[in-house]
Amino acid sequence: MAEKIRRHAIRMVHLARASHIGSALSISDILAVLYGDILNYDHKNPLDSERDRFILSKGHACVALYAVLAESGFYEASDLETYGNDYSKFMNHVSHSVPGVEFSTGSLGHGLPYGVGKALAGKISQLTFRTYVLLSDGELDEGSNWEALLFAAHHGLDALVAIVDYNKLQSLTTVSGTLGLEPLVDKFRAFGCDVIEVDGHDHAQLKLAFSARYPGKPLVVIAHTTKGKGISFMENKVEWHYRSPNQEEMMIALSELEFYHA
Amino acid sequence: MRNSFIEGLISRAAVLNNIVLVVGDLGYSVVEPFAKRFPDRFFNAGVAEQNMMGMAAGLASEGFHVFVYSIANFPTFRCAEQIRNDVVYHRNAVTIVAVGGGLAYGNLGYSHHAVQDYALMRCMPGMLIAAPGDPLEVRCCLDYLIDNPQPSYLRIGKAGEPVIHQRVPLVEPGRWIEIIKGNSGKTLLCTGASLEIAKRWIEHLPQYAGYSLHSMPLWGMMHKALQPTLVDAWEHISTVEDHLRDGGFGSWLLESLSGYPNLISRISVKALDPVVCGMVGKQQTLNAAGGLIG
Repeated sequence: MAEKIRRHAIRMVHLARASHIGSALSISDILAVLYGDILNYDHKNPLDSERDRFILSKGHACVALYAVLAESGFYEASDLETYGNDYSKFMNHVSHSVPGVEFSTGSLGHGLPYGVGKALAGKISQLTFRTYVLLSDGELDEGSNWEALLFAAHHGLDALVAIVDYNKLQSLTTVSGTLGLEPLVDKFRAFGCDVIEVDGHDHAQLKLAFSARYPGKPLVVIAHTTKGKGISFMENKVEWHYRSPNQEEMMIALSELEFYHA
Repeated sequence: MRNSFIEGLISRAAVLNNIVLVVGDLGYSVVEPFAKRFPDRFFNAGVAEQNMMGMAAGLASEGFHVFVYSIANFPTFRCAEQIRNDVVYHRNAVTIVAVGGGLAYGNLGYSHHAVQDYALMRCMPGMLIAAPGDPLEVRCCLDYLIDNPQPSYLRIGKAGEPVIHQRVPLVEPGRWIEIIKGNSGKTLLCTGASLEIAKRWIEHLPQYAGYSLHSMPLWGMMHKALQPTLVDAWEHISTVEDHLRDGGFGSWLLESLSGYPNLISRISVKALDPVVCGMVGKQQTLNAAGGLIG
């Protein structure tokens, strides 16, 4: 699944001449594990009340989510070809017009409060679904996330899982060179959350972390990742937050994936 | 008005178990009866408006009608993008309840003055503004919003506003409610707490003798098309609002008449002068300083 996500993502940003491929490759394994092993969903009934909710708060990495939803049966993979076209529902930040997408984002710092609302709704209604929110590391600069964690911890929203895609690069430079987040584990614990750190590209570790639940506390999974993961010339390069691969770069990238996922 | 709001909300929440009240650590001596009666549907979000509004939208996305209650600028400008993206764009049933509309909290200073809130709300497609003019309009607006859940903004005063209507009126978005039937072919058209001021003008100021009085508590971007026909029945209309002219109610009416130059010439706008921004004083004092004298 992770390889398919990466292949779709690279083709989509190439065709649309779009940005953010590095961010999409960073979360491909996280999404593969969530949709392959963790989330309860019915692609024929995307609004099933018992479904687990997934929110992509870093909406700029939408091609990875569009890809995994296609591979999970929400629509045909051929629909992805309209990504970035005029009037396409597959817009360049994640859109709730797309079946299976809970929430449109693009402005950072919106996903976690919204997810807190969903988790709170589940608690009020005594439903058993879990709410997973995938955040970027740079996004943690937004104060709304910390407001949301205060509330989630105060109300013991243990059905809430915040996943941090900690690839240590943001828009202009490194996270540590922008607004340092460390000690990040301590910060989340001090806010009343339980925290698990994993290798964000190790599927076994991700699966174990996403299945964990601590009664009375929201869970934060810090996934240590590499921006541009899987493509040698994209890994850990800020420029691939913006650049779109040309034809030659796309072909090299796709061939590299054969070895990466072999 | 705030008491009328909470009493109405409690009576409807007793029947509708999807009504939730979220407050931004405000509402002392107002919201307690709701919290006591429905503890599972009352949440104090603390002093954290971005999360308050985003969370309210998330709750609403799961089928709840969420009322978010706070003072004036806090559930509006402080979390404007959450309103824009999370509430309105996703068509979530969140009703923002701003207490202290206009200059109701005049002595508390500019931070607590809501004189630009219509401007923010009316630029959002799909946002319904509810600006009742008295406690009875609060009840009918609240009932309308509950019966028609949608992104909405309920702007109320504080306490002690006079009752203008004889009975709870019927309201429809974009429709005018007649309160005084004059004989001059001229009318004052109000939204929000300016209703009380306009009524005084007609009763006491000679230049408004013979004027009719109308209130339009429900309006928004979607309800402009109705206005040219309504305006055409009058030879002169003066709008009255406790909000700045820029982005306000009168400007909204004028926009609705673009393409009808003969109708535009019949409109004058009574709104607050920006000179009040930064002034401190009682509501009546500041309204007068801003041009709403009488």
